[in-house]
Amino acid sequence: MDYSYVFLILLLPALSFVLLGLAGMKMSHKLAGMIGTVVLGTVFCLSYYTAFEYFLVQGRGADGLFPTITTFNFTWLKFTELLTFNIGFRLTPISVMMLIVISTVSFMVHIYSFGYMHGEKGFQRYYAFLSLFTMSMLGLVVATNIFQMYLFWELVGVSSYLLIGFYYPKHTAVAASKKAFIVTRFADMFFLIGILIYSFYVGTFNYDLNAAPDLAGKVAHVAPLMPLALFLMFIGGAGKSAMFPLHIWLPDAMEGPTPVSALIHAATMVVAGVYLVASLFPLFVHYAPEQLHWIAYIAAFTAFYAAAVACCQSDIKRVLAFSTISQIGFMLVALGVSMPDAELGEVAKTVEYADGNGLGYMAGMFHLFTHAMFKGCLFLCAGCIIEAVGSNEKAYMGKLRKYMPITHISFLVCCLAISGIFPLSGFFSKDEILVACYNFHPAMGMIMSGIACMTAFYMFRLYYVIFWGQSYYETHINEGAKKPHEAPACMTFPLIFLSVMTILCGWIPFGHFVSANGLSFDTHVNWSVAITSTVLALCAIALATYMYIGEKTPVADKLARKYPRLHQAAYRRFYMDEVWMFFTHKIVFRCVSRPIAWFDRHVVDGTFNFLAWSTNEAGESIRPWQSGDVRQYAVWFLTGSVALTLILLCCL
Amino acid sequence: MANLVMFCILAVVIIGSAIVCVSTKRIMRAATFLLFVLFGVAGIYFLLDYTFLGAAQISIYAGGITMLYIFAIQLVSKRTLQGLQERLHGGRVIAGCIAALVGLATVVVILLKNKFIDMAAQMGDQEVPMEKIGTALLGSDKYQYVLPFEFISVFLLACIIGGIMIARKEDKK
Amino acid sequence: MIPVEFFFVLSALLFFIGFFGFVTRRNLIAMLISIELILNSADINFAVFNRILFPGQLEGFFFSLFSMGVSAAETAVAIAIIINVYRNLHSDQVNSIENMKF
Repeated sequence: MDYSYVFLILLLPALSFVLLGLAGMKMSHKLAGMIGTVVLGTVFCLSYYTAFEYFLVQGRGADGLFPTITTFNFTWLKFTELLTFNIGFRLTPISVMMLIVISTVSFMVHIYSFGYMHGEKGFQRYYAFLSLFTMSMLGLVVATNIFQMYLFWELVGVSSYLLIGFYYPKHTAVAASKKAFIVTRFADMFFLIGILIYSFYVGTFNYDLNAAPDLAGKVAHVAPLMPLALFLMFIGGAGKSAMFPLHIWLPDAMEGPTPVSALIHAATMVVAGVYLVASLFPLFVHYAPEQLHWIAYIAAFTAFYAAAVACCQSDIKRVLAFSTISQIGFMLVALGVSMPDAELGEVAKTVEYADGNGLGYMAGMFHLFTHAMFKGCLFLCAGCIIEAVGSNEKAYMGKLRKYMPITHISFLVCCLAISGIFPLSGFFSKDEILVACYNFHPAMGMIMSGIACMTAFYMFRLYYVIFWGQSYYETHINEGAKKPHEAPACMTFPLIFLSVMTILCGWIPFGHFVSANGLSFDTHVNWSVAITSTVLALCAIALATYMYIGEKTPVADKLARKYPRLHQAAYRRFYMDEVWMFFTHKIVFRCVSRPIAWFDRHVVDGTFNFLAWSTNEAGESIRPWQSGDVRQYAVWFLTGSVALTLILLCCL
Repeated sequence: MANLVMFCILAVVIIGSAIVCVSTKRIMRAATFLLFVLFGVAGIYFLLDYTFLGAAQISIYAGGITMLYIFAIQLVSKRTLQGLQERLHGGRVIAGCIAALVGLATVVVILLKNKFIDMAAQMGDQEVPMEKIGTALLGSDKYQYVLPFEFISVFLLACIIGGIMIARKEDKK
Repeated sequence: MIPVEFFFVLSALLFFIGFFGFVTRRNLIAMLISIELILNSADINFAVFNRILFPGQLEGFFFSLFSMGVSAAETAVAIAIIINVYRNLHSDQVNSIENMKF
C-alpha cells in the first residue's frame, strides 16, 4: 500500500499554524478561520482515507494482524550508535483510530469555533493555536518511538497552556493555564525519568514490539527495571489524563474557550495518558502486570471521586470536566484490569486472549473512541448554552428546551450515551469495560457498575437543571434577562454530526479493528452485565428525574440541608485543591524553595556580585594609566619589549 | 674601501641630520633635516646596489612626503607652526634619552651577539635588473607580488578619500 | 665590503633617535617626522638583510618598497588629522588632545 501522502497530515496543520501565527493579524477573521478550517478539513479527509485504506482496503496480513506500517522514520538526533532519536509516522490500529478521533473532533471544533468565537479579539491567534494543537496531537499518536511521543506530548501541553490562557486579560484564565502547565509538567518529569530509565537500559527509544522484532530480547534483559520505568511513564500519563491526585488542573482548565475544552480537555489531549498506556500495553502486561493493576485501582478511585464531585457542581462546564475525569478513569480501569495470559505470562496470540484477559484493552480504546464523540458533543452543547445565557452557572439556565431544540436533542442523545443506554455508543463501550472488570474481579465490576450508575445520575441532573426546571429567563424577564436563542447553523452542525456519530459508532465491530493482540474477534454483549447496568442507569435517571425535573427541587435541597458538610465537601471537590495548596505552599515552598532562594540570593548572587565589584574596582584603580599621552604609551611599549627581549636573552 | 668611506660619510650625514631633526626647536628646520636623512638613506640603498629602491626613496619620500610636511606646515598657520618655538621639558628629555639608550644597548647587543653569514660577495657589485623587478612586482607566482601591489593601490586610494574626508571643513549647518 | 653589523648599528641608532624624538617632542608634526625616521631605519634593515644575507632574492627589497607606499599613505592621513585637530583646538600640542583618554 502506498501511504506516502500521510506526512501531509502532520505538515498541513504545522504550516497552517506558521501561516496564521505569523501573518494572521494581517488577515480578516473570516480568512484566518477559513484557512484553519480548510486545512483541518483536508486532514480530516486524509485521516478517513488512511483509515479506509488501512483497515478495509489493505486488511490483515498473513498472520491475522493489521500490519504495523512505518511510512517514514528519519534520524533526528544520534546519541550513540544504539540510541538514536527518530521522528517518523507509524500506522497501527490504535494510531489510525486516534487519527480518526482527533481529526473528527478537531474539524468539528474548527467549524463550531466560527460561530462561538465570532468577533472575538485574537480570533486568528485562536485558530493558529488550534492548528498547533492538532498537529502536535497527531504527531503524538503516530510517534514511532517514546521520545517522539514525549516531544509532541510537551507540544500538546504548550498548546493547551496557550489555549486555556486565551482570555489572558482574565486573571483566573492566566492562573488556570499556569496551573495546568505546572501540574502536567510536574507529572511529565516522571515521564521523562521513566523514558530515560527505559532508553538507558534497553538502549532504544522504540517501544513497539511489533515494529522491532529484536526489542523483546533487549527488554527481557532488563526485566526487573521495567515495572519502575513503566510506572513512571504512567505517572506522566496520569498527569495529562487528570488522574487523582493530579486531576486538579482539569476543572480549572475550563477557563479556556468552550470549543477548546471540547477538543483538548475532553476528547483528545486528556486521553493521551490512556493512549500511552495502550501503546505500552504489551510491555505492561508482560513485565509489570502488578503496576497495571495499580493503574486500575488509581483509575477506579479517580472515577468514583470525580463522579461524586460532579454530582454537586453548579458550573456546567465543571460538571462536564469531572465527568471527563471519571470517564478517563473508566478507560484506564479497562486497560488496568487486563491480565497476562495465564500460561504464557504475556500477551497471547489467540482469539481467546483477546476476548478474555485482554478484553480490557479493546474496551478502553472503544470507550476512548465513543467518549470523544459524545463528550465533545456535550461540551459543544454547553458552549451553545453558555453563549445563549451568558453564564456557566446552572442558576441562569432552566427550561432551555423551548428555546434551543437542536442543542436539547443533541445533549439528550449524548447524556443517554454516556449513561450507557441501548442502543447508543456508550452502552457498548461501557458494557465491554464492565465485562472486563467482572472478569478481573467481581468486586471491581460492582464498583464500576456503581460509578456508571453515578454517571447516569449526574449527567441527568445536569440535563434537567439546564433544560427543565425553572426558567431563569422567564422569572427575570422584567429585570432585562436576555432571551436565550438557538445557536447559528455553523454551531449546530457539529452538534448534529457528533450526535449522529454517537448514535452510530456503537455498532462498529470494534473487536475486528482493535484488540489486545491485534487478532480479530467478535464482541458480544454480555447480557447479564448489560441488563444490570442498564437497569441501574435507568434507576439513576429516574432518581435524577424525580429530584430535578420540577420547577423546585425540594428533595435535592433537603438532602443538601441534611448533609451540609458532605455537600459542601463535594462542592469544594473534597478539598483536594486545598490539600495541594497546603502541600506546595506550606511544605514545598517553606522547606525547599525558601532555602534555595536564600542560597541563590546570597551565595550565588553574592559570588557574582563580588566578581563584578572586584572587576569594577580593578578597572577603576588602573584607569589613570590610560592617560591619553601617546608618548607615554610608546615608552611603556618600549620598556615592555626590552624587558621581554632581556628575559628571552637570559633564558635562552 | 671606497664603499666603506662612502658608507661612513652617509652614516655621519644620516645620524647627524637625524639628531638635529629631533632636537631642533623650529619645525621647518626639522622637516629640512628629515629631507637630508631621507637622502642619506637613499644613498645607502645606492650603496647596496638597489638603484630602483634608492630612486623610489628619493621620489616618494623626498619628493612626496617631505613636500606634504612642508605644505602642511605652510598651510596650517604661518604664525604658529613655521616659527614655532618649542620648549623641551628637561625631565622628559632625560627619560627619553635613558629609554632610548637602554633600548639601543639591547638591540646592539643582540645584533652583535649573532653571527650573520655574509653572502654579499656571491653577487658582486651589480644592481638588480629592472626586468626582474618588474616581473616580480606584477607576477602572480611564488615570490611575486601583484597582490600586495594591487593592495597598495587600493590602500592609497582609500587614504586619499580618508584624508579628504578628515581634512575638509565641516559644513556650517 | 662593508660588514653587515655596520648597517645594523646605523639603523638601530636611527631607530632610537626617532624614538627619542617621538618621546620628547610635543608638536604633532615633529612626532610624525620622528615616526618617519623610525620607518626609514626599518626599511634600511630590510634592504640590508636582503642584499647582504640573502642576495638573489627580493623579499626585503619589495618590503621596503611597499613600506614606502604605506608610509606615504600614513603621512597623508596623519597630516589630515593634524590639520583637523589644529583647526578645532587651535593648537598642535599633544597635550591639548589629552582629553581623548578614558
